[in-house]
Amino acid sequence: MRSRRSLLLLAAIPVAYLTYFFVYPLVTILATGLLPNGRFATSAFVDVIADPAMRSVAWFTLWQAVVSTVLTVILGLPGAYVFARYRFPGRSLLRSLTLVPFVLPTIVVGVAFLSFLGPGSPLGLDLRGSIWAILIAHVFYNLAIIIRGVGVFWEQIDPKIEEAARTLGAGRIRVLREITLPLLRPAILSSAALVFLFTFTSFGVILILGDLRHTTLEVEIWRQATAFLRLDLAAALAVLQLAGVTAILLLYGRARKRETGDLPLLPPAEVARRPRTAGERLLVAGTLAMLLAIVVTPLAVLVSRSLSTADGIGLANYVHLINPPRASALFVSPFDAIRNSLGFALPAVVIAGTIGLLSATVIVSGRGRGGGVFDTMLMLPLGTSAVTIGFGFLVALDRPFDLRSSLLLIPIAHSLVAIPFVVRSTVPVMDAVQHRLREAALVLGASPRRAWREIDLPLVARALAVGALFAFAISIGEFGATSFIVRPSTTTIPIAIFRLLGRPGTFGEAMAMAVVLMVITAVAALGIEAIRGNRTGGV
Amino acid sequence: MKQTVLVAVGVVIALIGASCSSNSGTSEEVVLMTHESFAVSDGVLEAFTEQTGITVTVLRSADAGTMVSQAVLTKDHPVADVMYGIDNTFLGRAIDQDLFLPHRAAAIDTVPESYRDPEDRVTPIDFGDVCLNVDPVGLADRGLASPSSIADLADPEYRGTLVVEDPSTSSPGLAFLLTTIVTFGEGGDYPWQAYWRDLVENDVRIVAGWDQAYYGEFSGGSGEGERPIVVSYATSPAAEVYFGELDEAPTAIVDDGCFRQVEYAGVLAGTEAEAAAGRLVDFLLEQTFQEDIPLNMFVFPANRETPFPDLFTTYARSPSNPIVMDPSFIGENRERWLGEWATVVR
Repeated sequence: MRSRRSLLLLAAIPVAYLTYFFVYPLVTILATGLLPNGRFATSAFVDVIADPAMRSVAWFTLWQAVVSTVLTVILGLPGAYVFARYRFPGRSLLRSLTLVPFVLPTIVVGVAFLSFLGPGSPLGLDLRGSIWAILIAHVFYNLAIIIRGVGVFWEQIDPKIEEAARTLGAGRIRVLREITLPLLRPAILSSAALVFLFTFTSFGVILILGDLRHTTLEVEIWRQATAFLRLDLAAALAVLQLAGVTAILLLYGRARKRETGDLPLLPPAEVARRPRTAGERLLVAGTLAMLLAIVVTPLAVLVSRSLSTADGIGLANYVHLINPPRASALFVSPFDAIRNSLGFALPAVVIAGTIGLLSATVIVSGRGRGGGVFDTMLMLPLGTSAVTIGFGFLVALDRPFDLRSSLLLIPIAHSLVAIPFVVRSTVPVMDAVQHRLREAALVLGASPRRAWREIDLPLVARALAVGALFAFAISIGEFGATSFIVRPSTTTIPIAIFRLLGRPGTFGEAMAMAVVLMVITAVAALGIEAIRGNRTGGV
Repeated sequence: MKQTVLVAVGVVIALIGASCSSNSGTSEEVVLMTHESFAVSDGVLEAFTEQTGITVTVLRSADAGTMVSQAVLTKDHPVADVMYGIDNTFLGRAIDQDLFLPHRAAAIDTVPESYRDPEDRVTPIDFGDVCLNVDPVGLADRGLASPSSIADLADPEYRGTLVVEDPSTSSPGLAFLLTTIVTFGEGGDYPWQAYWRDLVENDVRIVAGWDQAYYGEFSGGSGEGERPIVVSYATSPAAEVYFGELDEAPTAIVDDGCFRQVEYAGVLAGTEAEAAAGRLVDFLLEQTFQEDIPLNMFVFPANRETPFPDLFTTYARSPSNPIVMDPSFIGENRERWLGEWATVVR
């Protein structure tokens, strides 16, 4: 057992980081909004709570997030299972592709969805402005969180347990219900919590695919802060949003406490095999068909749009990206955009990986000693509106260093969203290895540090790789508060896409740039798969 | 473990150090805060530095609304010295908040009187018009002529043809709402609310942003949608020609109900470089910068002495009677109008 003092020391870094870059800006901006003249603006709260329109916004925010999360979990679990347990041709590529939607700007996804769900739909469904369009988009975006977050855990559960139960006469459904799902519960809860926070704070999907009557608190905070310039109402709504997120996180914390104790985890090794029976093949084929429909088809639409030109199919849009037909000061070379995006993603991954891993260690070692509270606090940035955090940076981070227009603020803003991913993907695995393996090692005389390095770390490495991959995706997709800070003119891939979509005549180039973003994401995901494959291959 | 901690601390310190050292220039520097659509050719800002010895750092906000909120929040310790790109729909609020120091730009006499702020707190730099754009082919397919006024859109024969932007999330959307308020008025037999009720009855499509309206719903030019009429800019047909390398414009504007957006620059109160900031505002109204505006931002230079490029004289038709609204009148009423609009269309 790690001593209290070293635990505190370990906790100091993530706590200091999050206090300075999250709590302090958050408190400062809320105080700015709610204490306009040094006196508490009670009227803003009264206005918000007494307004039936605002109450319906709060209610819509909650229920669409719950339904989106449940749907994403239901549709994601078969994918998690199939990728964890079966080998089939194209497995790595398809798993990498499931991450791609996660990084795409909503305006680009909106275009792809309109061709299915709009007036020209081949399915004959015009779902524009309906709740279905929002739910489908939320599943499309967040499926990867379940597939990877649960999958990494599923890979490490020994299939022999399930096989033993089957040998003893238990049916498939019973094994799933009584053995597999209880074992997976912590990982499912963790990943579902992330999906919930993303959909609770949904912004672009609601604006682009929604009907403008139903909006989320996130959209309303943004509207009040930037269109109406009502910072008091925006702050009151932000408090409401935070209260909702905190309540849900507390429920989640309680649910997590009822976890099973020791989990039979395998050391990192490949348990996947080819499907053998007809039933297994059907399951794999069915799951893949579902993934193709939900994930791959919209991506294919974007690729085809990027290839369509005035003279038929061709690469003209890509050529124009590199060598534009007309001079424009808004032109940015795709190579520069890629370099800038990677230049932000790398520090974001390093920061999120370091802070996330330290945090996870503190959470796991500090169970019953405040680790749970700390865990909840770490998730809060994901459930806080991007406007609130972005404007918080502006009012808080001017002293002692003026970081407000620093390039450094961009990877920091990304890291706030990414840290929960590193924590959520590593904590369940670290919890599971915690007691059994480490204590066995300590009995054998290894020092705590050595036990951490030699036992926990390799087991956790694969979970960390998943967290790092999400951190990369979050940064390359420009998640979080970076739209609400003042940025130096450093054009990233998403910003280049927005610019191309910001004027007439460059739609095809925007689609080509979106495909560049897709390819980079898929390549990063394949790269992580390859590293994981090498590391585990020899075990 | 300790090593990890030390490395992490080291990385953070190094990054903070790197970010701070970049701010300490030797020559005089002004920071220009603008929106994401700002564009200037290489060499133009450098010409300013050559003339004056002052270097310019550009910071970008997502859009004008976000930029004004940011400036209000940082009023006591501004992130920039000059703001450029605030338009007349947001100006009233910024003036109320005393965001700007008065500055009389050297070339201010070249600017039409109607755009100028009587107290010179802000300087007009460019203007453009938000107009209906039509797809002549799409209209002809439906057997329709181009509408001659915005009132025509309430006519049942134009049912299902119009896409507009939500005025509470989009700048052209707000411009179009203001147009309808000026055109139909607030009282009388047929006030603007009644017009909007008819538009809703006529199946108007309302989307969040310009990109979604133009690319997602509009059928003309590079639009991918099915509706032949969209709220866009008077220069959009010229931009289609320019970026699409075409010989003639695939779309056209409706010369009625165009709303004139004027974009301003101002010296931010709280700047520690007031003189240099004033010089930059002067420069924005000088020929070097003004000539660079049209093909980069697809708006017109405010300095009357600036010649337009051929593309603009050929393809960018300037509306004959654009609506010019007093910024303070907009500022006083925008929240109420947006609220009333929301109850009409929802």
